[in-house]
Amino acid sequence: MSLRVSELKVYYRTLKGEVRALDGLSFGLADGEILGLVGESGCGKSTLGKSLIRLDGRMRHAGGTVVLDGEELPIADDRRMNDYRFHQVSLIPQYAMSALNPTRKIRRMVTELLRSRGVTLDTAELESRMSQVGLPREVLDRYPIELSGGMKQRMVMVVSTLLDPSLLIADEVTSALDVSTQKAVARALLGFRDSGYVKSMIFVTHDLALTHHIADTIMVMYAGRLAEKAPADVIVKAPRHPYTRLLLDSLPEVGVRHTDRRLTGIAGSPPSLLDPPAGCRFRDRCPIAGEECAEDPPVAEVAAGHYVACWKA
Amino acid sequence: MTALQEVAPRERAGVRREALYFAVRNGKLVTGFGIVLALLLLGLIVPVLLGGNPNEYGTRPMSPPSAEHWFGTTTFGQDIFLQFGHGLRSTFAVGAIGGGIAAAIGMLVGFVAGYRGGLVDEILNMLTNIVLVIPTLAVLLIINAYLGIRSVSVQGLFIGLTSWPWAARAIRAQTFSLRTREFVDLARMSGAGTWRIITREIAPNMSSYLFMTFILLFGGSILIASSLDFIGLGPTEGVSLGLMLQNANQWSALQLGLWWWFVPPGAAITAIVGALYVANVGLDEVFNPKLRET
Amino acid sequence: MMLKLDDVTKEFRIGAFGGKSVTAVRNVSFDLGPGEVVSLIGESGSGKSTIGRMILGLNPVSGGSITFEGRPVRAGKEYYRHVQGIFQDPFSSFNPVFKADRVFGLIKDTYYRTVPGEEWARRVGDSLRDVRLDPGQVLGKYPHQLSGGQLQRLLIARALLLDIKLLVADEITSMLDASTRIDVLNLLADLKARGLGVLYITHDLSLGNYLAERTVVLRRGSVVELGPTERVFGDPLHPYTRELLAAVPRLHQEWADATPVDACLYHARGGTGGLMEAGPGHFVACAGLGTCP
Repeated sequence: MSLRVSELKVYYRTLKGEVRALDGLSFGLADGEILGLVGESGCGKSTLGKSLIRLDGRMRHAGGTVVLDGEELPIADDRRMNDYRFHQVSLIPQYAMSALNPTRKIRRMVTELLRSRGVTLDTAELESRMSQVGLPREVLDRYPIELSGGMKQRMVMVVSTLLDPSLLIADEVTSALDVSTQKAVARALLGFRDSGYVKSMIFVTHDLALTHHIADTIMVMYAGRLAEKAPADVIVKAPRHPYTRLLLDSLPEVGVRHTDRRLTGIAGSPPSLLDPPAGCRFRDRCPIAGEECAEDPPVAEVAAGHYVACWKA
Repeated sequence: MTALQEVAPRERAGVRREALYFAVRNGKLVTGFGIVLALLLLGLIVPVLLGGNPNEYGTRPMSPPSAEHWFGTTTFGQDIFLQFGHGLRSTFAVGAIGGGIAAAIGMLVGFVAGYRGGLVDEILNMLTNIVLVIPTLAVLLIINAYLGIRSVSVQGLFIGLTSWPWAARAIRAQTFSLRTREFVDLARMSGAGTWRIITREIAPNMSSYLFMTFILLFGGSILIASSLDFIGLGPTEGVSLGLMLQNANQWSALQLGLWWWFVPPGAAITAIVGALYVANVGLDEVFNPKLRET
Repeated sequence: MMLKLDDVTKEFRIGAFGGKSVTAVRNVSFDLGPGEVVSLIGESGSGKSTIGRMILGLNPVSGGSITFEGRPVRAGKEYYRHVQGIFQDPFSSFNPVFKADRVFGLIKDTYYRTVPGEEWARRVGDSLRDVRLDPGQVLGKYPHQLSGGQLQRLLIARALLLDIKLLVADEITSMLDASTRIDVLNLLADLKARGLGVLYITHDLSLGNYLAERTVVLRRGSVVELGPTERVFGDPLHPYTRELLAAVPRLHQEWADATPVDACLYHARGGTGGLMEAGPGHFVACAGLGTCP
């Protein structure tokens, strides 16, 4: 098991009180596994990605542990986390395009970045990895503004995995890209795992269909908690949690016309995490909710590797 | 249904009433405006109450503050409290006239250039840049020396006509970013014309910014006026806080230890500009519903 | 036809005094009738939003013509009574310093000045219920207190208060969550049933496919393929359309590579300049392959 997250709680400080963005999340990630993390805005998926690498000023680690390769990550300690960032854990942000300094050529930027981490640049290795994601070596002598969005995104991917981190977090890396570029970026991510540049990966996205093509396992989050986690095919073909099912039913696909099959959304909206209600957090929107749902459903392993947090599953 | 019936008719008045509600509950705003109003009142009342010519020589020169002369007297025995009152008047006048004219021109140029864009923007921008690079103070010196500025209002007018460019540039930049926002398109699709969009969609979004601009122009006018007064190019009639400082400096008030001569005008200029700044921060909270929820 | 675009071109002038220009839209022609949904599909930089803005009269055309009910587009009170638009970012569509329901007030100020307050409130309420919003929940709130889905629906309700015939919906669901997105799409489908024409602009093929009778595929400002949705999606003729379709991730299907096109179908079927009609109402442009003459 390369990553083990146990009962992780991360709260946001706001003027009105603490928002429980992550409220007791536990899951594991095996070596070589790509975990797709899906959920709607505000479900805590980005918070999870961020808290594994850097808590920003408003975030507070309220409990739980993160163990990576047998070592506990000091996620609440910004300074001690520095030793792990980039070397053990790396993050590709959503707007990687703006992560590149516009006044530096790519080569100089990469060199400086690595030097700040105490590593010298292995140009041959860098170029071989670039060619693997379809970037010509000339890119190194260009300014960021000369690259397209997809090229920048791939460049950031190469740089952030150059030190072979154990865990890579890709936070909505494809959502700002066009469909054709999105496919190339997604395939490059798969290539990184297959070449062993990264041991395991968390792919954060709101696009369930896209995740299905990349991830081995999909974890569906709802209101700061795990709703369902299972192998990708199982989530898509045999979901057990009512939220997962409704979510899948609401996805239009090429070939589906409203005149043939009218899809429906999920009525209502997620509860406020400022003061979340007791019991199952999906209860208000759930068509099959019953008496027992007033109590928190535990995460149960209903089949090998298939975890569901629902009384009715 | 109760919520529903209130919708449309009450909209415009509602926004104002609500702003007022939050305004009177905002400490910064109330404090800032309180100080400015207090000084303004002082300027309005003191000359009336005391009467007499502020530049009239008195019999007891260089006396420290006392019951008779609240702020003491100058080397020539002039009553500093009376001068202070008159000085506040002309300082507010020059600030209001200079700041007002500059703000009006700056807003007009900035809004039109930013909203219309294209050729209109290019031309207005060129005009702005030309006025911007003219060494304002030097021109004012020449104009003042040549025409011989007599009154506070003419001084304010000249300051206003030369100090608007940076305000125009700042407002243009803000307008530029706001006009690409989709609510502007939506207003156009509600049949609103250019003028209505500028005044009812764009300006309210930067009301605190506009007020800030006015404050800076107001303060700037006061400072420019003081500088002119200081080098003897001020209005030949009357008193201003700048003239008081100039006289204090000229007659070595600092060296002679006549602190009561230069502290009141200096403190008043600082207090007016500072209090307006504080009020501006408060105003931001009043106008921005997101900040309001604290 | 209610809306007709004929050889529409748009050039943007850039640089000092408009010294240079870029062409954002090139010779685009299509039409849209009442009760019809046409989806305009393209990636970033395809000019799809520019076309929407030109139809809405927010940007002038540089060449060609756009007519609505036989008359050229003239932005103004009368035009906007029948043609309205909704944009991508719901939060940017509302003036943040005012309450969200002000969008209704603006309409009243221009079009329904004489309607008494009570009657107006009733109409607003009806229109909100039409878009499945609870008036009590959304009226009197600031934009940041409402969700993206609620805001987009408020805008649809606003359009419904007018005598609307054409709605330009530019990426109106791309910032919404999956579970609420489909409800907004269904609302558009309902509008169609009322006889409204909808131009649905999107980069998402599955969404365009869900709604539209006809599809226009744009690439770098030009139409590459146009036709009945089931033809364009079922039998794409242009390599770009094929590439797009192959790139869309689907739930129950592996990611396939586009079927390579060795010969340009346009020339193979005898196209000569402009779009060629490859089937009933199904038009395709030259693929611009190396083999094309």
